[in-house]
Amino acid sequence: MSLIHATDIKKHYRVGEIDVPALKGVDFEIDTSAFVAIVGPSGSGKSTLLNLIGCLDHPSSGTLLVNEVEVSKLSRADAADFRGEHLGFVFQDFNLVPVLTAYENVEYPLLMVRGWSADKRHERVMKILDAVGMKEQAHKRPDQLSGGQKQRVAVARALVGEPKLVLADEPTANLDHDTAYRILNLMKKMRDDFGTTFVFSTHDPKIMSEAEVTFILEDGKLSRQGENA
Amino acid sequence: MIATLKLSARNLLRYRRRTLLTALLITLGVVALLLFVSTASTFRNVMVGSITDSMLGHLQIHRKGYTSAIDNLPLNLNLGAGALTKVDKILKAEPAIAAYSTRVKIGAMFSNFAETTSIRLNGVDPVAEDATVPALRKRILDGGQTGSLVEPGQVLIPQLIAKGMKVKVGDAIVLVVTNASGSVNAKNFTVRGVLDSVTGPGGRDGYINIQDARELLRMDKPEAMEIAIRLKDFDQLETVSARIQDRLNTEVLNKDDKPVTELHLWSDLSPFATIVKMIGLMTTFIRIMLISIVLVSVMNVMLMAVYERIREIGTLAAIGTRPGKIMGLFLGEGLLLGLAGAAAGIAISYGLVVLFHAWPINFTYGRNELSLVPELAASEVLIVLGMAVLVSALASLQPAWRAANMDPVTALRHV
Repeated sequence: MSLIHATDIKKHYRVGEIDVPALKGVDFEIDTSAFVAIVGPSGSGKSTLLNLIGCLDHPSSGTLLVNEVEVSKLSRADAADFRGEHLGFVFQDFNLVPVLTAYENVEYPLLMVRGWSADKRHERVMKILDAVGMKEQAHKRPDQLSGGQKQRVAVARALVGEPKLVLADEPTANLDHDTAYRILNLMKKMRDDFGTTFVFSTHDPKIMSEAEVTFILEDGKLSRQGENA
Repeated sequence: MIATLKLSARNLLRYRRRTLLTALLITLGVVALLLFVSTASTFRNVMVGSITDSMLGHLQIHRKGYTSAIDNLPLNLNLGAGALTKVDKILKAEPAIAAYSTRVKIGAMFSNFAETTSIRLNGVDPVAEDATVPALRKRILDGGQTGSLVEPGQVLIPQLIAKGMKVKVGDAIVLVVTNASGSVNAKNFTVRGVLDSVTGPGGRDGYINIQDARELLRMDKPEAMEIAIRLKDFDQLETVSARIQDRLNTEVLNKDDKPVTELHLWSDLSPFATIVKMIGLMTTFIRIMLISIVLVSVMNVMLMAVYERIREIGTLAAIGTRPGKIMGLFLGEGLLLGLAGAAAGIAISYGLVVLFHAWPINFTYGRNELSLVPELAASEVLIVLGMAVLVSALASLQPAWRAANMDPVTALRHV
């Protein structure tokens, strides 16, 4: 069963007087619980595609269904609600809130977006921090954590609300090779444990091999490369 | 809401020095405003008290047309016996009045048997006058401030006349007046005391007993030109005057059923009222300055905060924070900044007021030594606090709106 269904998605940006196409008619489907990599060189449109799936941006044309909702038609506030309810994000630079501890960063979506009670929040946050191996570091602020630890916290924050889909834009780009593999394995384990669909972008061919499904994005066109066992 | 405010507070503490400097600016503004307002209002109260208690009273009743003829004191502007009885009845029935004094005002010739000059006199009942303007006797420079204010046959003369005519306490003088029918009358008096002059109408007048005044003017029936009134509570001036005015306008009427009297507040009669208005105007300007300080400093800090945290705003939006909550986050920061600065300012102001109580500011007004002990009115403190918080919130509105409406994609790309 497909979680994401995209038909003829086009996206172009206006730069001065010129229309610059970023996506030139993209069709694809991604199944629930898939572990998907979108691969392509810098500037190929990977981030644009993830932004469209994550309702952070609207396509210029085409239809994009995420969890059976036509996300390209959502208003700003509805898109925020949809993201808060169904999506999780992991960023290349971790993007943790610097004034909050690891615990509070993970708690943030439950407190500010979902409005969960304190007890329910605590139970869930500790569970997810334990799952990503950060329970002992819960009280530390981002500036007291290593890059790998920050990304673990970011993964925990993305997963804490039990989203259907986690979008990770170059999640390993700022990590060393070993840490990058550990993060990918963590994401895969989370997928196995929680059934969450993971879509991540990368331009690193070694990382790409960790994905079960790989899409190649080149010159605004998307092609499915195949499946790894 | 509490969670948002908590996060706002943490964000403020993220840039401690900047937050501290901005809060300090607000604090200084609040201290300056509160100290000025409290000192100015105490100065005003002391000065107003000095004028009303030594000369004018809080309110005065006259026959219509008195103020336009205030320098001449024409006797045809006296209130007749019938009007006086009605006024008396109204004033006796008014519970907010502490005392009132009926005055016969006369323009007379003053003679020391060698020289003659003109003098304005108030014929007063000493007991009623004492109760209405209790500080009048403090203006007696020579002749003693105790005992009856002015007995029949005695006169209190202004300092300028005493000096100019070389008259001292105990000397005999003659007062010559022309009465309403045009005949001249004179009477010998003994100088009971010399009065210090004060600014304003009646500030250089002499005083005689009301019996002498009526005798000099050969009044068959009691008449008076002025009734000075003292209220129990000065703060009720507007309410009580409106109430008395209503009754005067409906009960003390002439043959054509038109009101006979006019009621004046002290401020209608004293030039010091202009200074009081100036103080009010200066307070307004200082309030505007405080608003500007808060507005500019908070807006500057909040714009900086938004600019420095664009990427963070993008992250918050990406993980599902609604635009309204992002706006609340930044509004909360501005609000807390204003609140903290104002609260510190209020605390410091209270501290300084306590110090002023221990070491009051002393100054001389005429011959009086006055002590300026500033008081902070709770209403003023609340107004300043409300103003600082409201302006802080307003100043944060634009930056907060900007943060809330930021395009998440652009924000996440920001370096």
